[in-house]
Amino acid sequence: MRVYALRRIVQVIPVLFGVSLLAFGMMVLIPGDPARAILGSYATPENIATLERQLALDRPLPVQYVTWLGNLLTGDFGRSYSLNRPVLDELTERFAATLLLAGAALLIMLVLGLTAGIIAAVKQHRWQDRVFTVGALVGLSVPSFWLAMIFIVVFSLRLGWFPTSGMRPAFGPSGPMDVLHHLVLPATALALVASGVIARLTRSSMLEVLRQDYVRTATSKGLTRRVVILRHAFRNAIVTVVPVVGVQVGFLLGGAVYIETVFGWPGIGRMLVTAIGTRDILLVQGGVVLVAFTYVLLNLAADLVQAVLDPRIRLQ
Amino acid sequence: MTTQMQRWTSGPGRRLRTVMASLLAVSLVLAACGGDAADPETPDDPDAADDPGAAGDADLGDPLVVGQVAEPASLDPHQVTAVNDFRININLYDGLVRYEDDSLGVEPALATDWEISDDGLLYTFALRDDVSFHDGSPFDAEAVKFNFDRMLDEDHPDHDTGPFPLANQFFGQVAEVRAVEDHVVEFELSQPFAPFLSNLAYPTGLLISPAAVEEHGEDVGRNPSGTGPYVFVEWLGNERVTLERNPDYWDGPPGVSGVVFRPITESQTRVTELLSGGVDLIVEVPPDDVAPLRDDSDLTVQEQAGPHVWFLILNLAEAPFDDVRMRQALNYAIDKQSLVDDVLQGTASVAAGPIAEAFGWAYNPDLEPYPYDPERARELIEEAGYGDGVDVTFFVTEGGSGMLDPVPMGEAIQADLREVGIDAAIETYEWNSFLDEVNAGIEGKADMAQMAWMTADPDTLPYLTLRSNAWPEDGGFNSGYYANPEVDALLEAAQVETDQDERARRYHEMQEIVVEDAPWVFVASWKQNAAMSADIQGFEVHPSFLLRLHDVSRS
Repeated sequence: MRVYALRRIVQVIPVLFGVSLLAFGMMVLIPGDPARAILGSYATPENIATLERQLALDRPLPVQYVTWLGNLLTGDFGRSYSLNRPVLDELTERFAATLLLAGAALLIMLVLGLTAGIIAAVKQHRWQDRVFTVGALVGLSVPSFWLAMIFIVVFSLRLGWFPTSGMRPAFGPSGPMDVLHHLVLPATALALVASGVIARLTRSSMLEVLRQDYVRTATSKGLTRRVVILRHAFRNAIVTVVPVVGVQVGFLLGGAVYIETVFGWPGIGRMLVTAIGTRDILLVQGGVVLVAFTYVLLNLAADLVQAVLDPRIRLQ
Repeated sequence: MTTQMQRWTSGPGRRLRTVMASLLAVSLVLAACGGDAADPETPDDPDAADDPGAAGDADLGDPLVVGQVAEPASLDPHQVTAVNDFRININLYDGLVRYEDDSLGVEPALATDWEISDDGLLYTFALRDDVSFHDGSPFDAEAVKFNFDRMLDEDHPDHDTGPFPLANQFFGQVAEVRAVEDHVVEFELSQPFAPFLSNLAYPTGLLISPAAVEEHGEDVGRNPSGTGPYVFVEWLGNERVTLERNPDYWDGPPGVSGVVFRPITESQTRVTELLSGGVDLIVEVPPDDVAPLRDDSDLTVQEQAGPHVWFLILNLAEAPFDDVRMRQALNYAIDKQSLVDDVLQGTASVAAGPIAEAFGWAYNPDLEPYPYDPERARELIEEAGYGDGVDVTFFVTEGGSGMLDPVPMGEAIQADLREVGIDAAIETYEWNSFLDEVNAGIEGKADMAQMAWMTADPDTLPYLTLRSNAWPEDGGFNSGYYANPEVDALLEAAQVETDQDERARRYHEMQEIVVEDAPWVFVASWKQNAAMSADIQGFEVHPSFLLRLHDVSRS
């Protein structure tokens, strides 16, 4: 198991290398450059040349890339052109914000998705099943940014329950409750869509398991319905759900871009979009590498969790 | 999450319940938090009310919360290039001179008086002697010298705390700065350069504390210290920049306890934040929202035409626009009034020529915009020999600094041209790619291209875009290859002449010639707008598009 995990982690390195090379190549190939973006109207060739010298952008491209890579190995992500600060500082702040948002959305998604799925399966063909199935379908079909805007109109503007945008530092003077206050709408909007998938999958997986002989055995043994459903059936049903949760976390991180934009949440998705616009190569590189690393890590985590839950996978 | 799921293996039933319970607890906390906010009594500014860092004198109330269009890049005045950064810096720092209240003319600020030598090469400034930087260090001639040497002299020990992208643009003519006396400073220019004085009022000319630069090095942009009406308190990345009032400000302390700048990039989100009371003031209200906000009695909306021109570059190197009749026809064929009223919802005014009306003295008040006259346009097109119709390529950008609503504007222009038999094929580019294509010259690629400029002085735009020495291969932005020796001579002369009346006369003449030659289609000038709660007093949108909050108070 440990060897398996280690091997998977080592495999991440070439992936990250490729991703960073690809990001660098694309940023270089698209027209426009950082100096031009910074100078705006005043991008005369003279001004561009002076600025490129100051930013060390006048060196050959391979040298720029290799320098970046070398610095990266020592933990130095470079300095952002457009923000005038170390890339790592910006990444840390932004990624923390995205993780908070995606993490909260993940919790909501699991609670809603698993609960709805289990109830729908247990009450198959009854009204609860219909409500949750239709609800999941609606959730699946609604784009999250649209839901976000509806949330703002209803809960912020009409009812005034939640702020429309922004985020406060969890450990700042305003305290963690204030962060939660700002987090409710974006996290819920992000989670609802993803919950639909989990609910449908949990329902079908539970239905399959509930029909199996061992469940009937457990029931005839005299175990309570609650124990049969949660301990015997759910434990086995969840094995098929876990890898999809891994994928959904990717969806939450990616889908966060829209939500971050609508709610003005200072996450990494929005940072990347802005950085591409300003041709901030080092910031894009750093962000892409970090996001790719997270994806790989999450998939690995999902696989490991599945292996833990299902001994058959571990033995192979 | 991973560890929680792994723990299920040891005792699934109990563990699962624990996990479920903790999940439920979290969702209850979330719900409770929602209930918390449902309290009917919400202060009009919940975002700032609970922030002790921003609280100043109690009787001045909450700090003013401003919805900015983006996160600032830096608060070092010499490093930044975006108006979004300028809007904060102008409240933290002062320059030697500043813009007058309602125009782009200059008046004394940290310099009380100045003299210009007859040859236009030597500027001598007398400085205030009662001013200190926020960090306590004195403001004097040495501090001024330090500021310009740091930007311009590559051998200065603090030159590596840059980059200084606009230094060369605005102060490239400065040969030497001398601290003559404690409070007298002298600038020697390498050649006469009339815009120099107004460039000192531009935000690149704001003055930072040398002690702060020496202490913080390249991170001084996050630890700024100036002499301005507000003092820096903190900068929370992507969330807020907080300033508090400077009680010792030389021009009188401000009337609010402080200012909080929040970056809200999505324009619609800025509007909803204003409506819900999360911010007090927003800038760059999107055209479609101006009218509804104007009708809201809790809010006021202000507009002010700025130093901005939106135009179409025409390709004079190739047919059909090598013919002046075709270029004039285009100016007649496009309904500019409808563009500013319908597409831009009144957030711009019709432009008559290449210099924006906001420049006052340099603008030729006798100019009339080309009227909308498709009949006249058709006659000219007939005369030019294109009566049977002509196909042209039209470069349009998806967005970009000062480009307003480029795609709908491009489509409206396309429709107007179709009316007079010109079939314009639109090619759309992302902003940076667009600049790359257009700035390199449009010959062989397009017949017309959108463009917009916003400048600090009336000199820069025509100098860089209309002279025959400013074609792309010469490093200028005359991307349509306009050339008229008369215009060249007038522009060169206006640039070095120091007498403002003489400068004005040359610019007035230049505008008449250029409007007649029609190397562009002159379309619109953007109106800067701001919307704010009705209790905000003393705020005026300035033609510079800066955000001067010194005189703001709450009623």
